[in-house]
Amino acid sequence: MTSTTTYAIEAKGLVKRYGDKTALKGVDLAVPAGTVTAVLGPNGAGKTTAVRILTTLTKSDGGSATVGGFDVATQGTLVRRSIGLAAQDATVDGLLTGRENLRMLGELHHLGKAAAAQRADELLEDFSLTDAGDRLAKEYSGGMRRRLDLAATIVARPEVLFLDEPTTGLDPRARNELWAVLDSLVGRGTTLMLTTQYLEEAERLADDIVVIDHGKVIAQGDSRELKRRVGGDQLQVVVSDPAQLEHAAAILGRGANAEAQLDVGARLATVPTRSGVAALAAVSVALADAGIEVDDLGMRQPTLDEVFLTLTGAPADAPSINDELEEAAR
Amino acid sequence: MSATTATPATAKPADHGSRPVHDTWVIAKRGIKHMRRQPEALADATFQPIMFVLLFAYVFGGAIAVPGAEGDPGAYREFLMGGIFAQTLTFGVFGVAMSLAYDFNSGAMDRFRSLPIAKGSVLAGHAVANLIRAAIPVTLMSLTGLIVGWQPRGSVFDTIAAYALMFAFVFAMIWIGVLLASLVRTPEAVQGVAFVAIFPLTFVASTFVPTSTLPGVLKTIAEWNPISAVANALRELFNNPGMSDIPADAPWPLHHSVAYTLIWAVAITLVCAPLAIRAYQRSISD
Repeated sequence: MTSTTTYAIEAKGLVKRYGDKTALKGVDLAVPAGTVTAVLGPNGAGKTTAVRILTTLTKSDGGSATVGGFDVATQGTLVRRSIGLAAQDATVDGLLTGRENLRMLGELHHLGKAAAAQRADELLEDFSLTDAGDRLAKEYSGGMRRRLDLAATIVARPEVLFLDEPTTGLDPRARNELWAVLDSLVGRGTTLMLTTQYLEEAERLADDIVVIDHGKVIAQGDSRELKRRVGGDQLQVVVSDPAQLEHAAAILGRGANAEAQLDVGARLATVPTRSGVAALAAVSVALADAGIEVDDLGMRQPTLDEVFLTLTGAPADAPSINDELEEAAR
Repeated sequence: MSATTATPATAKPADHGSRPVHDTWVIAKRGIKHMRRQPEALADATFQPIMFVLLFAYVFGGAIAVPGAEGDPGAYREFLMGGIFAQTLTFGVFGVAMSLAYDFNSGAMDRFRSLPIAKGSVLAGHAVANLIRAAIPVTLMSLTGLIVGWQPRGSVFDTIAAYALMFAFVFAMIWIGVLLASLVRTPEAVQGVAFVAIFPLTFVASTFVPTSTLPGVLKTIAEWNPISAVANALRELFNNPGMSDIPADAPWPLHHSVAYTLIWAVAITLVCAPLAIRAYQRSISD
């Protein structure tokens, strides 16, 4: 059982019941210090419940967990001193200004009044909120609220950050901005665990992805490993003239030694391949020789949506009974 | 700690110690800022008591006689003040209940609970903020009272005692408010309880009319109602009309209104505070 890896978050067999419904059915997690882990799953999979247990907001009914080396069940205060939590709805205080929000949290972290004020100014600057710092947070846009929420979370420079669906409800531009902020955070060595329903987000941000469904971990690994489980890379071609699609598909099929899938609407032909870039080169030459005009030609990995579909047998947005449980938990 | 724990505890930052008073005050300051920025939520402590004083003093007052001061139009206005003080202080229940319910529903409670702050400081911060809040209606009403002809006519000591008694009663009301918010959790439900339960209770009392004018059961309820107790105790301490001609066979509370108020304040606190803390702990623990 001895391990040379330092785990910032380690959970073994977490169980949580609400009444006679079981929200977590024995979840194991191990997040090495300084890495990013995404907990990926549909609504109600148990993601929020797991975060609430790890951040001491909820007690588990079974299993054990440590965060920053401290037991979440028996050393709550020490855990709370090491963590920052951004809950699912950005919990900034709308009746305080951005600056007041950050100062209050600094004071509650016992930084001292002057240091809390200085830290607030720093964070407003880092999160491009300096101009909005003295406006009430309820007047902020969704993206600004999230940034303030994130700033509030790291006031005391926590070692371990928990972000519960950090970009849910944000428009693509605000999401990109937030991702950039998260990149810089992780660059400073913070351990980060985030939950998400967005496969793209998990892939974009995380070193490790834990796929969770109906309260159980159903797969774990980096995104390449997960993708490998549902087949390798794919060759893809988009033709300019729909009439040439069949011909292109035949060339693709010969090149990869497999049957190509057609998407007529998108003028797209796709074929799985194990020979990678060599196949791409061969197909490229063959298409040119056949005089087929190509809009796009490339290698692509299966999306995590496809991974999820393969792993769970259901699309990632399938509803589950845990929806209501997690609602009720809040 | 289990043997598999990879990080040694000694590597962690030093324990800064628990600072309950500091944490409570930070949260109380936040509560006060909230009040300043939501003047509409202060209506029960500002506009409403003044309106009640003026309405009852000038609209209904002429039709209500105060025993022992019949024929004196100013007597009712002075009688009224103790009643509206009592009613307004009772509404203090809602100040704290609304601010807690707001926190339950805005996620603020989760934020606070994920911080290394002293246990109970969130609750204590709300309580302190609402004790301070209670000073608003007490001040405004005293000023309005002075304008309509009321004044403390007792000794300086009695006057100080009257104001102290108000805050003792508010303290008790705060615990009812915490209990209420922890049980019903939403601002809408808090308001529902306000209108169905507490609002009527402030009327079946000596708030606006002497209890001797009430019929049968209502009279008995009003005589023993803690809100009457506060109203009567204030009238007594301010030496205002209404407490001079109590019949010898009147129930004990009417003869000992100050003691009876204190008993209520202590009893409510002793019963409601533990229940409130337990309900609050339970409401945030899942």
